[in-house]
Amino acid sequence: MNASTRSGLDSGSGTLRPCSPPPAARDKDIGPIRALSAFLVAALAAFVLILAGPARAQDHAALVQRFATESFNDIAGAVNGLATSGSPRAAPVIEALRDGRLVYRAGDRQVFIRRPDNSFVNALTGEPAADVGTTRPVRLNNNVRRAIDAAVGALSLLHPDPARRTSAAEAVFKSRDSAALAALDAAIGQERDPRIRKLMEEARAAVVVANPQAAEADRIAAIGIIQRRGDQDALAMLGSLPATTPPLVREAAESAAVGIRRTLAVWEAGQNVWHGISLGSVLLLAAIGLAITFGVMGVINMAHGEMVMIGAYTTFVVQQTIRTVAPGLMDVSLFIALPMAFLVAGAIGVAIERLIIRHLYGRALETLLATWGVSLVLQQAVRTWFGPTNREVTTPSWMSGSIEIGHLAITANRLAIIVFAIIVFAALLLFLKRTPFGLQTRAVTQNRRMAGAMGIRTNWVDAFTFGLGSGIAGLAGVALSQIDNVSPNLGQAYIIDSFMVVVFGGVGNLWGTLVAAMTLGIANKFLEPYAGAVLGKILLLVFIILFIQKRPRGLFALKGRAVE
Amino acid sequence: MMLTRFLFERIDRGGWVFLVLLGLAAVLVPVLNLAVPPGSMFHVSNTAVGLWGKYMTYALLAIAVDLVWGYCGILSLGHGAFFALGGYAMGMYLMLQIGPRGVYAHPTLPDFMVFLNWTELPVAWWGFSSFPYAMLMVALVPGLLAFVFGWFAFRSRVTGVYLSIITQALTYALMLAFFRNDMGFGGNNGLTDFKDILGFNIQSQTTRAVLFSLSVLALMAGYLVARAIVTSKAGKIIIAIRDAEPRTRFLGYRVENFKLFVWTVSAVMAGIAGALYVPQVGIINPSEFSPANSIEAIVWVAVGGRGTLVGAALGAGLVNFAKSWFTGAFPQGWLFALGGLFIFVTLFLPKGILGTFTDWWKRRGESRKPPTASPASQPAE
Repeated sequence: MNASTRSGLDSGSGTLRPCSPPPAARDKDIGPIRALSAFLVAALAAFVLILAGPARAQDHAALVQRFATESFNDIAGAVNGLATSGSPRAAPVIEALRDGRLVYRAGDRQVFIRRPDNSFVNALTGEPAADVGTTRPVRLNNNVRRAIDAAVGALSLLHPDPARRTSAAEAVFKSRDSAALAALDAAIGQERDPRIRKLMEEARAAVVVANPQAAEADRIAAIGIIQRRGDQDALAMLGSLPATTPPLVREAAESAAVGIRRTLAVWEAGQNVWHGISLGSVLLLAAIGLAITFGVMGVINMAHGEMVMIGAYTTFVVQQTIRTVAPGLMDVSLFIALPMAFLVAGAIGVAIERLIIRHLYGRALETLLATWGVSLVLQQAVRTWFGPTNREVTTPSWMSGSIEIGHLAITANRLAIIVFAIIVFAALLLFLKRTPFGLQTRAVTQNRRMAGAMGIRTNWVDAFTFGLGSGIAGLAGVALSQIDNVSPNLGQAYIIDSFMVVVFGGVGNLWGTLVAAMTLGIANKFLEPYAGAVLGKILLLVFIILFIQKRPRGLFALKGRAVE
Repeated sequence: MMLTRFLFERIDRGGWVFLVLLGLAAVLVPVLNLAVPPGSMFHVSNTAVGLWGKYMTYALLAIAVDLVWGYCGILSLGHGAFFALGGYAMGMYLMLQIGPRGVYAHPTLPDFMVFLNWTELPVAWWGFSSFPYAMLMVALVPGLLAFVFGWFAFRSRVTGVYLSIITQALTYALMLAFFRNDMGFGGNNGLTDFKDILGFNIQSQTTRAVLFSLSVLALMAGYLVARAIVTSKAGKIIIAIRDAEPRTRFLGYRVENFKLFVWTVSAVMAGIAGALYVPQVGIINPSEFSPANSIEAIVWVAVGGRGTLVGAALGAGLVNFAKSWFTGAFPQGWLFALGGLFIFVTLFLPKGILGTFTDWWKRRGESRKPPTASPASQPAE
């Protein structure tokens, strides 16, 4: 073995893809794997033959032999030829070449693949080859490497894994390499997944548009396909046409780009609305409990954010327990955490009301201070117990991932939170409108003394409302644990925004809170691109400060004598 | 003389004790610090001078808060904003005094501007190299902000919890704004690394002792102004507004004007406190705007006794002394203690330490004397 081969040992030896069986598996003769790989090889070979006819088999032999040379041009040509040949043996050869493991015997121009364990297989047949003798590695330069990259892309277009085919088509769309045209045509012909075929056709169109040799009519037709794709990549593609493009094609590209920009603007607005609704539902969850307590008792619960935090930590504890007791239940952990968080936060809320707020009846501003004190104690307690660092909360599998509607990316966790916020809102609305307790709560909100005179136990209503508001904050904590860091400061991050929602929406009814949360959420997301996140927030705060001057009791204020 | 008449008629016994003690501190502390050798048991250490100087500015802030909360019933959760704005005005003056001694040795621009590749001073900084102008701004900027904010808020009759929440929004918005680098106030590093004030080295012990005395004098002046307001005729109306705002309005008083007056005076006081605070601690950054700071100032007043002025100053001193001690001894425990203090004071000491003490003193006096009708003034809700 000569020095140059040995130097090849050091280079990495990653495998490209399992299109044909790895040689090691063959040697050890593992029955089922061998049968499967044989089947795969046969299947691939079969449709390659159907596609291209028997001539290709001889081509393959000739192509592989072309590697046995010192000329970089020949090697690059062989790579290109091999990639478009559709041969099942193409991939291991190109992969070996990429990793510097393709060697040839100068005497008879036989080409071999050196495997990681230093044994050799014949590149042409895939059979193990003993006693190779003196070999030299096939040389690489940047030109060859480019050819290899393109070839790998072209080969991936035929890959059995749809994800690989998708990414390969996207790669061709971006590279617009006309060498991939033949492979693309072959791939389009046999592609059965309509989405991937569409991608491939778009990639083909991109190649044609970028190809100066293509006919003008073809290029303009291809521009049409790209316009239908209509995303940022398409826009970039149309914007990067070379200066030598004929004016007719250029015009078509420009008008297509204008069309794409118009559609994209609409989609972007839609995306902003979606993000806004998502933020709005988070605000709604965090603020709605606050709004109820404020409505009924006229006090702002400064410890409300800490109830949210406690809900999030309850989720953490529930998941820890599940992990040790019944790991199989991890996917439904949130459904166990929800009632737990409601109960824990609700119980703490009732305790706060009974122990502290009850004694401060009628002194709203003092209550504000006392609850601030409670919030400090709770924060520090959680910090002492669980530590100041973020806690890991697992996202169940059904809440990860995302779907795309047009150019709208919708992540599953955000969607789940929006749905959850709607459910909580609807349940609360039903509760307040349809149950006796809801009736009493509304009565106390409107006129505490009159409600008392009618025999409603207002102090029970107070305790219950405070518990309910805190419980809902706990539910919000479960939801927030999925999108935010679970740390002792979690509540602080949302509390001021929640106050804004409450004073903006007023305490007249829950719809005020809904409208306020959604307005602030969407306005925030629309201001962000223009003003930046921080400035957008400042503008909103200033807006609310000004708004309160116009309507000192919020959007949906209670009317009548009950107010003063 | 007007002044002597004022002093003898309007200042109560507690006030006199307060003023005399402060006067003594203003003279004695610098003397004991500078003239008495460090080994002596009468020596006041340099750290103590710095620390107590800081407490004096806090006490002035507490009196400002007490003026609006204790006497006018406006619970401001944003007084820290006025304090910080005064501090920034002073900080800007001190920044420009550094001159070419900064790290980048730029003749006019402060370091952070050179770092941001700015070539000239932003408009907001013009004139701040002049001390009188900077001092004018110390009073004017918080005063103007309070005036505009109060003008809108009081005219639209924003009261109670709503007012508290929007004052919190105000200071929160300012905090976010000052954290931005392109605001031109140093971003989250704030302003620091000061060299001298009016040509005196800010690090030297003499300057620090003088700053301490000035803080004490400012506190005394703040107390006298606040006392003058609350014992005047207008003060009676202000207290009436606290106790029954609609009724005062129905009696024909322009409630919003009285509130606006007290509110603006209080903001200016807070601004002056901030201006004295900055040279003593050597830094001002946007976290001074954080809502938690403003709420902490409320608890000083609540602990000392709202509606007493002297109590507010006392509360500021006590709470901060406890804070210094706690953060040294049990860093974990401070938030527990502070939170517990909030709850304890609101539940069990609604009048604060001084209010409770005064009540006890009165009752003791009454039980000794044959009972006469004493019109105890109860601060109602």
